Amino acid sequence: MSFEWPWQYNFPPFFTLQPNVDTRQKQLAAWCSLALAYCRHHKLYTLDVMESQESPVFNNKKIERKLSTEAIQVVFEELRKKGNLDWLDKNKSRCLVMWRRPEEWGKLIYQWVSKVGMINSVFTLYELSNGDDTEGEEFHGLEEWILLRSFKGVKFF
Amino acid sequence: MDRFAWTNGLLEMNETLVIQQRGVKLYDGDDKAKLDVGVVLLTTHRLIWRDHKNHECCIALSLSQIIYFEEQAAGIGKSAKIVIHLYPVTANKEPGPYQQSKFPYIKLSFKEHGQIEFFRRLTEEMTQKRWETPVPQTISTLRKAPQTGKTRAVGIVGIERKIEQKRKETEQNISEAFEDLSQLMVKAKEMVELSRSIANKIKDKHGDITEDETIRFKSYLLSMGIANPVTRETHGSGTNYHMQLAKQLGDMLLAPLEERGGMMALTEVYCLVNRARGMELLSPEDLVNACKMFESMQLPLRLRVFDSGVMVVQLQSHSEEEMIASALDNVTDKGSLTSEEFAKLLGLSVLLSKERLLLAEKMGHLCRDDSVEGLRFYPNLF
Repeated sequence: MSFEWPWQYNFPPFFTLQPNVDTRQKQLAAWCSLALAYCRHHKLYTLDVMESQESPVFNNKKIERKLSTEAIQVVFEELRKKGNLDWLDKNKSRCLVMWRRPEEWGKLIYQWVSKVGMINSVFTLYELSNGDDTEGEEFHGLEEWILLRSFKGVKFF
Repeated sequence: MDRFAWTNGLLEMNETLVIQQRGVKLYDGDDKAKLDVGVVLLTTHRLIWRDHKNHECCIALSLSQIIYFEEQAAGIGKSAKIVIHLYPVTANKEPGPYQQSKFPYIKLSFKEHGQIEFFRRLTEEMTQKRWETPVPQTISTLRKAPQTGKTRAVGIVGIERKIEQKRKETEQNISEAFEDLSQLMVKAKEMVELSRSIANKIKDKHGDITEDETIRFKSYLLSMGIANPVTRETHGSGTNYHMQLAKQLGDMLLAPLEERGGMMALTEVYCLVNRARGMELLSPEDLVNACKMFESMQLPLRLRVFDSGVMVVQLQSHSEEEMIASALDNVTDKGSLTSEEFAKLLGLSVLLSKERLLLAEKMGHLCRDDSVEGLRFYPNLF
């Protein structure tokens, strides 16, 4: 299934950071959901700021518009505030994208565990993410670091 | 060298030191004087020479004894010199190092240079002749044509002296002429002081603005460029002059404003008004002050300042919402517009059309697309 771009993606002003405060808020909200949707679709967990400038998310070759680095930083900052993004380094060049927040993952995992009646049993992280039992679940294939984070929120063991 | 007399080197009353130069050797005519190298001092009254080792050995001659003097350029192995031609010895001269001399001139040899400045100062002193009068620097010290000391009018010396005198006369005329100029400057300063004090007095008497003279006087002040210090101006009541001007502008600008869709940049107004007036041109300041009074005088015009600092005059009937709504329609029609396109569409200046688009953006009706192609405005679909 190919990724469906939102209508804003083909609207040139979308790629210019709007000075009007209200307009900007709506613009940033749209950008955040677009970025997260894209990452979810392609199962991307990390983003590099330099690379993302060229990625189709921020660069629409068809209308010849792309977001400037400052604007990308603003979008990322917005994501971070919402809890969907974490910077990997101090220079803010690479980041972790959590299109589902750790807490949400935690909840899902907990729900599955209780569904299969396995509460109070021990799991390895590997089992959770790559075990046969969990195939079909959304968190199957989840990377280790995010599993770890998801447990921080939920009081498991 | 026989014109010199021994002296103790102390300055007399009213005598001031002008310049001194060390490393100077004296020459009696063309022969070296039997004195060592020393310091030569020029005062307002005399030329003093002192031995640099033995400070007791000090001789002087009055500047009044100098007929004229000239420079002698330095040569190979020779220092630059100043040759000073002197009047003959007077009978009552004090004793000096030389009883007699066969030369009517002496030379100062500047072994350590400094002759240029010394020459200049000596020229000055010889022109001013400050030793002649007790009070320096008043008009009376500038003398009439000098006719003193012409004992010998014959020979080359006589001709030289005549030339010297003529030179002195022209110098004097020039300095007299400049005296007038400096007098004028002094008077102008007084006038400025006077007008400033009157302006201050007016400032103190708040309530008397209705008096015609003070109003006229203030308009004179304004035309002279002295800023009106009256603080009333900032409170909007202003001077009569500005009020009249505002009325006149109100009448004059109605037609052009209609033509231009109800809004004109202040620069356009300035050009229009001055072109129409022809003779008595307005200063930008006057124009701005007059425009500020539109509202208080209940004229149908308004002065408006945009965020960017652009000032416009607009009709009161001109409604901002209408403008913005029509702007939005235009942009929606065409999909998107740049300020140039918009200007062309409406027949406005680019500046004003940009202001209108920016205002619409501020209201949230439009959004912008900033790219290498330029700044475009779209309807705000967000």
